[in-house]
Amino acid sequence: MSQPTADLKVTPLNSVHRKSGAKMVDFGGWDMPVQYSGIIDEHNTVRNAVGLFDVSHMGEIEVRGPEALNLVDYVSTNNASKLKTGQAHYSGLLYEHGGFVDDILVHKVDDDHFFICVNASNQEKDFDHINLMSRHKATVEYASERYAQIAVQGPKALATLQKLTRTPLEQIRYYWFQDGEVADVVARIARTGYTGEDGFEIYIAPERAEAVWDKLLDAGQEFGIKPCGLGARNTLRLESKMALYGHEIGASISPLEADLGWIVKFEKPEFVGRAALEQQKSEGVKRTLVGFEMIGRGIGRDGYEVYIDGAPAGWVTSGGPSPTTGKNIGLCILPVEAAQVGRTIQIMIRNQPVDAVIVPTPFYKRAK
Amino acid sequence: MYPEDFRYTKEHEWVSVAGAVGTIGITDHAQHELGDIVYVDLPKVGATISQGGTVGSVESVKAVSDIYSPVSGEVVEINSALADTPEKLNENPHGDAWLVKVKLSAPDEIKSLMSAEDYRKYIGE
Repeated sequence: MSQPTADLKVTPLNSVHRKSGAKMVDFGGWDMPVQYSGIIDEHNTVRNAVGLFDVSHMGEIEVRGPEALNLVDYVSTNNASKLKTGQAHYSGLLYEHGGFVDDILVHKVDDDHFFICVNASNQEKDFDHINLMSRHKATVEYASERYAQIAVQGPKALATLQKLTRTPLEQIRYYWFQDGEVADVVARIARTGYTGEDGFEIYIAPERAEAVWDKLLDAGQEFGIKPCGLGARNTLRLESKMALYGHEIGASISPLEADLGWIVKFEKPEFVGRAALEQQKSEGVKRTLVGFEMIGRGIGRDGYEVYIDGAPAGWVTSGGPSPTTGKNIGLCILPVEAAQVGRTIQIMIRNQPVDAVIVPTPFYKRAK
Repeated sequence: MYPEDFRYTKEHEWVSVAGAVGTIGITDHAQHELGDIVYVDLPKVGATISQGGTVGSVESVKAVSDIYSPVSGEVVEINSALADTPEKLNENPHGDAWLVKVKLSAPDEIKSLMSAEDYRKYIGE
């Protein structure tokens, strides 16, 4: 069995991945499985049945104290004061200039306790940023080492997970969570995900991760459960038009430019980045994120230039084959005035312009 | 797994020579490393290619990889069936998923390539 490169970080499930022959890659400094049986096979398994993902590389930050809510509301764009205990939402952590520090999931554990799930490669930066912005009676705790995270995703996720917990999963609504037990291990069970399917993300103690992983695989066996890697996670989220930090969003892209206006709540009195976003809004947002489908032969990929009428107009933020639709799809940033559905654009693929067309998004939406 | 009469490159291509024509493909190791292959880009018939130069590319779900020619010459045939069935490269990379046939302009170049035994050692099998 091969060993990860010495300087890469590993999750508590690293040896499980290596034992089971997953193909491992360096993902932002983490030794992670990119695929097990194959990206397309794993992708289809999540769309049709259930897949299991190790997402323990994701970071966790806990904010507690009498002014925990005020701090969370101040550093994030969504309206945390609207959250009820046991509810979660997607939000943005912004710089004063309006660009993203990170995109985050905020869970309200209690009136004075918020649990934030953040991107792996941003976790130290996020922690520092929240601390820097804080002038509140609240403690900010870097909690990543205390949690492993496993995502169970797909139409059979509920049936799989229900076998291992007494928590009535049917009662947890989408983007709500409950604390309970999974396979006799204390777990935070959230009905969230990054695949566009129904499913759950569970947070557990790292030293119990391997036991829970194995039991989930057993529980899902009758549904054809498969372990999945980051490759399928990426194709699944792209079809559902979920943003990936460093691609659709980043320090130089604001939520308004990334078609994420819905996570910015201007009715809040103040939040970091508000002034910059208000200015952007009053001057008119100049660029936006749209979806495209390739018409010509070729695959528009991350970073490729987009041309309109022979002139450079934008770039592909994420692109690749879509196993569910069978098409080559992508997301790109374009000037607002050029971003109409139905417009033909050209993606520069190895110095050749190849036709694509702007299409409505998401590319895939599950039947409810 | 790796035919004895093929010759192999460090970039994981193979060439099989019959008379003046070399057939080029990617190795089983290469397809395995790439994963699901979804797109193949090949040169036009009549194109001149040189040893070590790019002769096309294959794309998996994740990434694009250039294919480097093991030999120099003129492209006399391309495997156009791969345009519609790129997944054949995962199934039979040493057989019907060959990529291009080349009329060799420097047949001695073959000597610079690896034997099947050397290639197996090279990839650690």
